Parts: sequence; C-alpha cells; structure tokens
Amino acid sequence: MLKRTSLFAAHQLLGGRLVEFGGWEMPVQYTSITEEHLAVRQAAGLFDIAHMGEFSVTGPGATAFLNHTLTNNVNRLDAGQGQYTLLCNERGGVVDDLYAYRLAADDYLLIVNASRIEADWDWLQGQVDLCPAHDGFQLSDRSEETGAVAVQGPRVAAFINQAVPGGSISGTMVPHVTDLKKNQIGGFVFQGIPIYIGRTGYTGEDGFELVVPATVTEAVWNALLAAGRPFGLKPAGLGARDTLRTEMCYPLYGHELDEETTPIEAGLGHFVALDKGDFVGRATLAEQKAGGVRQRCVAFRMTDKSAPPRPHYPIWSTGATAAAIGEVTSGTQSPSLGAGVGMGYVPADLARPGTEIAVEIRGRRAPAVIVAKPIYRPPAPTVAAKVS
Amino acid sequence: MSNVPSDLRYAKSHEWLRVQGDTGTVGITDHAQHELTDVVFVELPAAGRALKAGEACAVVESVKTASDIYAPVGGVVTAVNPAVVANPALVNTAPHGEGWLFQLKLAAPAEVPALLDAAAYRQLIGEG
Repeated sequence: MLKRTSLFAAHQLLGGRLVEFGGWEMPVQYTSITEEHLAVRQAAGLFDIAHMGEFSVTGPGATAFLNHTLTNNVNRLDAGQGQYTLLCNERGGVVDDLYAYRLAADDYLLIVNASRIEADWDWLQGQVDLCPAHDGFQLSDRSEETGAVAVQGPRVAAFINQAVPGGSISGTMVPHVTDLKKNQIGGFVFQGIPIYIGRTGYTGEDGFELVVPATVTEAVWNALLAAGRPFGLKPAGLGARDTLRTEMCYPLYGHELDEETTPIEAGLGHFVALDKGDFVGRATLAEQKAGGVRQRCVAFRMTDKSAPPRPHYPIWSTGATAAAIGEVTSGTQSPSLGAGVGMGYVPADLARPGTEIAVEIRGRRAPAVIVAKPIYRPPAPTVAAKVS
Repeated sequence: MSNVPSDLRYAKSHEWLRVQGDTGTVGITDHAQHELTDVVFVELPAAGRALKAGEACAVVESVKTASDIYAPVGGVVTAVNPAVVANPALVNTAPHGEGWLFQLKLAAPAEVPALLDAAAYRQLIGEG
C-alpha cells in the first residue's frame, strides 16, 4: 500500500497525475512538466515535499553526535541556519544526503529523503553507541506528524509574506519571511500554529521550504496557492522537480548517490569538512580528497539533436579507442535549454569539461560534451528580489 | 474528454490508423498524447522497412519517458512525417493531423477490421 501525504486530496482536486515515488503516491505533474518547470524558472512553483523525512536531534550532546555522523560541520551553523550535508558509512559511501538546520544551540532538524527514512533511522540508531560522546541527546523521527511544501521561483518573494504574515519567533529573528537570507531558517506563526520556514530549495531558484505540522499542510498549501496565483505560481510535480534539479546538477539519492559512491566522487567535496575532527567515513574521504578518485560525476549536454539521455544509458569515449566508460545517472530534455542534458560517472581522467563523449541511445551513439556544473544557471536576481 | 475521430481505427496500444486505398497513416491518439504530454523527440522507422502488426517500430519521447509505438497493422513503410521529426510538439497539438508519424502500404487489409472502432476505443480509455 502506497503512502499518501496530507495533500493527496488537494492533488486530486488540481488534476495531478499520481505516480509511485519511493513508496509514496505523489503527483508527477498537474498540466505538463515543461509548463511547471518554466513556471518555476520564470515565476513560481509550489511542490508537495511532505513525503520527505524529518528527524529531530536535541540536547547538549546533539552537536557532537551530528559532527560524528555527518560530513559537514554543524559547528559552522549559528542558530537559525542550515547546511547541505551527507550521512556516510565507514567506507565513505553515502547513506543519504540531507539538510541539517540548527534551530537553536542544542536543537537540530534534519530533512532526509523519503526513500531513505528507514535506512537513515537505522544507521543513526546504530551510530549512537559508537559516537565518542554517546549521551546527552535525543533522536526522534518526526516524519509522520510533519508535512512540508516548497515554494520556488523568482517571484516567490513578492507574495510569501501575504501567505505567512508577521515576523519570526525563533531561529533567525526577522520581521518578515522575506528577510531570511539563503540557508536561514526561522519559526513563524501560521494561523496560530508554529511552523518553520527555511530559505532554500532544490531548483536553483530563490525560494522557501515550509516545514509544518501535518495537520496544517493543506491550509499552508492553499494559502500559498491563493497568494501566489496572481504572480504566476503553479502547483508543480515531481517531474518538474527532477528536471529543475538536473539542470542545477543537484544529486538525487539512488541516481548520483548510493552506499558505494562517495561525496568526493559525486563532486560534493565542498560539503565534507575534513578539518572538523574524526567522523564516520573520514579516512576514505580524506584519502580521496588528497589522492584523487577513480571516477567522477560529470554533467553533460547532447551536442546534436537526439533523443533525451535517460538513466542507465551507457556513456562512451570518442575517437579510435572509443569504449564504454560509464553510465548516465540522471538525464532528461532540459526545458530551459531545449536540449538533452544529464549527469553520469566517468573515469576521472575523462571528466574535464569540454571532453567529447557519446551517449548510447537504443544501440546508437549520440555525441555529447562534458560541461561545467551547473548545466543551467538562473539569471542573477532582479533588483526587486534583492530588496525584498 | 479526448478527441476520438470516428473515421479512424485504433490499436489497444493507443495508435490510430487512417486507411485510404491500400495506404495506412499511423499516429498516436489524443488520449495517448495527453497521457505523455510534452513530446520532445520522435524516432520513426526507415522508409522501406517491413513491419508486422504489433511490432515496435517508433519511439515517442516526453520529458519524462520514452514510449514505444507499435505498428497497428502489417505493411511496408512508404513515408515518414518530416514535420513531426523537426517539431515533435505536433504530436501534442495535432495528434490526428499534422502530428502523424508514418505511412505504410498495407500487407493484409484484412487486419484493419480487427482494430477497434471509435466507440470501442472510447470504452478502452474509460470515456465510453
């Protein structure tokens, strides 16, 4: 039996096409992936992300526990800030990638992938006794009672204060939601109920993620839809979420990341804080950062008109010694660029941007070129968006 | 409601067939294009290729997925639609018209009546 978020009825009402994703019944699209994608790039899109998991880690030992289990350094976070980080096994393989928010000095909120909630929970439980300072904190899974939506796009700052009026009551203290800066989080009051709003997302655009009690998810969704419609806001499904994140080269667990792949190979070394002291997986990650890796996650763009690249299509080198060198992990037709784009792993010596490769599509090799990440760069924010 | 023209025949795999003499024109149905949305690429069979009824012979790709297209009846491909190769969105905007995919010379015209008529196809897609 597939799980449903508290927005299931809202999706049906909006004509969303529901598909299975990570054990959940989620909208892949409402009208068209391209339309929803472009709405996010040009105006705004609203996503149900209530399937994602939320763990709370609290207590005086929370910081030490998280710095033992996560690759990034939570000591770099002030109260009211968040960071992208990874949970690795002893081999440096990725158990999950996640966002860690420091709500207060000893109070953290972790937002994890829906498909990894159980694996993460089991892994973290297993780490409790192995942590050098293994007491003084409590780990709780809040996923069941917590909902979440993401509202993303260049026009979001023009209307979000209408949906959630007023200033913050915890975390980063600001007079309005739009006073949050990137990666900051604050507690706000929505219709008398405390919610969290972080300025982050998975699309490359300006935007916010709202983490709310499941009982008010639908009210928050409806308030954002009502405030945003006049600004071009559209509900957007997982299809657009995938094309948007692929253009930005944001990894998706199960595609670019798994327990046999390290953050260094994935190009996420920036989120591995080797200088913070020992943590799970550090030995392998330090060795790879210093000595290099055998394979690297690259971004590529099809150079001729071709069918879109798809996950698992073989990647080939070119020239007289052409050989299969890797596999596509994510691929699609980029709605922003009108071209096939994707990511995949290739040997490190073939990973330089500008390197010509080929993607095997139904037995034929179509030319492509490795490009710098991100594949698509949203234009700089307008003056109006900066002011707000 | 999908557009289901009554002068066409339909395969259960959501292709339509228009018969004129011994030539059949093939495309995907309005219902199918609506399910796919955002067609971004089509790959068509080579002219001269002999197809059996039910044979996978073309691919229509949306942003999200690649879908095989099956020959509704047997025959030899006589023409493919260059306009739809250049502008795959025609499959969405005019699935029964400018968005046609290929034509074939029917190998066995007797196969045609075995396809669904408009009423039966409407039932198949739950709009009967």
